[in-house]
Amino acid sequence: MAHMVVAKHEDHEEAANDRAMFGFWVYLMTDLLMFAVLFAVYAVLHGNTLGGPTGRDLFSLPLALSETLILLTSSFTCGIGMIAARAGHKKQVLMWFGITFILGLSFLGLELKEFAEFIHEGHTLSSNAFFSSFFSLVGTHGLHIISGLLWMGITLFYVAKRGLNKHMVRKLGLLSLFWHFLDIVWIFIFTVVYLRAFV
Amino acid sequence: MREFLLGRLNAHALPHEWFTIGGSLAFIGLTVFAIIVITRMKRWKWLWNEWFTSVDPKKIGIMYFIVGGFMLLRGGLDAIMIWLQQALASGSSHGYLTANHFQQIFTAHGNIMVFFVAMAFVFGLINYIVPLQIGARDLASPFLNTLGFWLFVAGVIMVNMFFLLGGEYAATGWLAVAPLSGTQFSPGVGVDYWIWSLQISGIGTTLGAINFIMTILKMRAPGMTLRKMPLFTWGSLCSMIMAVTVFPLLTATLFLMFIDRSFGAHFFTTNLGGNAMMYTNLIWMWGHPEVYILMLPSFGVFSEIVSTFSRKAAASYMTNVLGMIGVSAFALSVWLHHFFTMGSSADVNAFFGLMTMIIAIPTSVLFLSWIATMYKGRIRFDTPMLWFLGFVALFAVGGMAGVILAVPPVDFQLHNSLFLVAHFHTMVVGGVLFGIFAGLSYWFPKIAGFRLNERIGKYAFWCWVIGFLMAFTPLYVLGLMGATRRLDHYEGSTGYQPFFIMALFGGIVIMIGVALQIVQIVASIMQRHRLAVDNADPWDGRTLEWATPSTPPSYNFTVIPTVTSRDAYFEMKQQGLPSKTVYENIHMPRNTASGIYISAFAFVAGFGFVWHMFWLAGIGILGMIIFTITRTFNEDTEYTIPAAEVEKMEKERAKKALTAREGKDIGGDEDMTLRQFIVIVVTWALSVIKEKKWRTW
Repeated sequence: MAHMVVAKHEDHEEAANDRAMFGFWVYLMTDLLMFAVLFAVYAVLHGNTLGGPTGRDLFSLPLALSETLILLTSSFTCGIGMIAARAGHKKQVLMWFGITFILGLSFLGLELKEFAEFIHEGHTLSSNAFFSSFFSLVGTHGLHIISGLLWMGITLFYVAKRGLNKHMVRKLGLLSLFWHFLDIVWIFIFTVVYLRAFV
Repeated sequence: MREFLLGRLNAHALPHEWFTIGGSLAFIGLTVFAIIVITRMKRWKWLWNEWFTSVDPKKIGIMYFIVGGFMLLRGGLDAIMIWLQQALASGSSHGYLTANHFQQIFTAHGNIMVFFVAMAFVFGLINYIVPLQIGARDLASPFLNTLGFWLFVAGVIMVNMFFLLGGEYAATGWLAVAPLSGTQFSPGVGVDYWIWSLQISGIGTTLGAINFIMTILKMRAPGMTLRKMPLFTWGSLCSMIMAVTVFPLLTATLFLMFIDRSFGAHFFTTNLGGNAMMYTNLIWMWGHPEVYILMLPSFGVFSEIVSTFSRKAAASYMTNVLGMIGVSAFALSVWLHHFFTMGSSADVNAFFGLMTMIIAIPTSVLFLSWIATMYKGRIRFDTPMLWFLGFVALFAVGGMAGVILAVPPVDFQLHNSLFLVAHFHTMVVGGVLFGIFAGLSYWFPKIAGFRLNERIGKYAFWCWVIGFLMAFTPLYVLGLMGATRRLDHYEGSTGYQPFFIMALFGGIVIMIGVALQIVQIVASIMQRHRLAVDNADPWDGRTLEWATPSTPPSYNFTVIPTVTSRDAYFEMKQQGLPSKTVYENIHMPRNTASGIYISAFAFVAGFGFVWHMFWLAGIGILGMIIFTITRTFNEDTEYTIPAAEVEKMEKERAKKALTAREGKDIGGDEDMTLRQFIVIVVTWALSVIKEKKWRTW
């Protein structure tokens, strides 16, 4: 009898995990639609430079490519971290997600460096419609990276403190989903914003 | 330093005009009154523990109804002010409002009615009924639900904040079209209040919608396949799927407008490469589906009511479902019909015109399905059914007006005329609001444990229908005569005035209808013992919500039912209910105040952004993050009610149910008449004055 009660409780938890995962997917789709608006706005406005510099004049492909490679690698390490989490290796989880965190941080650093350069040259959000749409699209992705890093840092802190229990594995699962999602969005930014400027 | 601390805020923002002073006094007065009453009755703890922090979707549903009800009165007051101004402001008379104030009123009216009345009631109904209909004990994420509700409340407070601080609301129309809403033409805080009240409550809507999609798709009782799901749940599912599809567009668009206004970006400006028509496109990509987000749950309500009151299973169930899915799908590709005059090519206009006409097909399919359900049914004409019939009449007229407007050349004539205003009010009042009223009177016995007074309910219904026709038929005519919408003044030679006066009288009749609805509720409470529902199933219901006691316990179902057919409860009644209950442990979510805290900080952040107090906005965002983290890493969010405890509670409930009808009611044995009600209230008031009873209060 006691055995049955335990089984039922586990069913209950399993169903809750399943729902959380599904709900998070739906959330990611809503986030994707927000990006869709920002992409559409960029597509409409990116030509409105009013004689000022265009993307072609400003963007540095090596920088964008390194950002891309860093983020792709971080997705890879995040994936390995997830395998470790499912296998229950706490130390490996901390290590691989730690690497992911550092890669994410360096991506953010490069992005901020690019922004700082533009602003230094006098190109800000209010310069013209091209810069408005560029800063808001890439910046919104950056804000997502910041929240992802915040989330990752705190989750890792709790993993270190409370150990790798079921709740933590579930949270890591959602986190990795979010991280891969940001990677996919970045691939589109890399293509639509950076590569297209040189076509 | 002063600018850093206070941003744009200065003494001039304090109320100093008659409407801001009046509004402030009204809101402060109501708040103080509520605080005094609650304190005198020692109800704070109860309110906080049982209601504010509750995660029970039934309680959250009721809170949505209460907030929505107050906002209906607030938006209704705006409506009467608009009618009065238009009836007066002809020729040499300029009415009693300034043009700017008039613009703020119709903007606020639109925002409040769509966001804080219709959405509130729709979410309230979904919260209360959907879990019961699908045989679930709670929602997929009870926390997201309370968060969504409190974000909505933050939005409600934000939309009324301008009374207290700022003195002006957006004067831009309910969608704040660009470039009018840019800083160049609207430099004040009105548009910022608009942005943040919609942004905060809109995020709440997205979260709520995600939650209901999870709940409906993942938590149905065993045996309830999608093809056996009740039609109201189907309508809600379609509506919520549309909400997660388009509300992110609103969030992003408002975000861009915020950057435009606060940081000088150029998305929707007229200079430096901005594109104002892009705003119109983006906002209507959300705005048009939004109307259907409100409409689909009402369609679902009507399907339930028609079937119950015709005592027949819904005819052509699958057609009905496909009709709702069709409406949702088409609704996403018609947004451009709001601005045929933008100057797109003929091909683009033709496409959107055709899509708009095509959407009438799945809608008509729904009508046919209801008519087929009534065919050869034994129809009862209780108030819910009357609301349905009123809806059919009005919606058919409004729908045909819509098809006329869908023809681009005709639209060029009627664009922004009162014909359009009449059309969408017919759809939203006749469709959405009547659906809400139908649903509320249908499920009131489930919610309160006693049914509503039928007699006064019917008076209210007729006031609404007649008042509506009186108020909006003249607007169709005025539109054809060339009157544009949002007129604060017109020349006497136009001959508009008699029609506007007629419309004002219609508005007054609607107000009487609203007053009668309030009377109806009060009179029903007076007679609650007599109106108590015997077996929790006053209408001979067919779907699972009627299988629970009225009012249902926090866990809804003692035993989760197994569903074998569409009208699950009807089937159970046919086969006889199982005699013996096997009680089991029930897992329930714990109450939480996190939703309130996060929403409070969201409000602080929004307020900071409105006034450019960026330090305050920073505190708001930080607070939101901290409370989100503490909530996320709280692993103790559930508790278990042991089977023995459930059994005890159920037995107590059964005992109580036997005595529900015992007790002395005011009034006779029949449903109270209006005359009786007035006599009782007047006698009571006189006795209070004579015997100075207030001294004991």
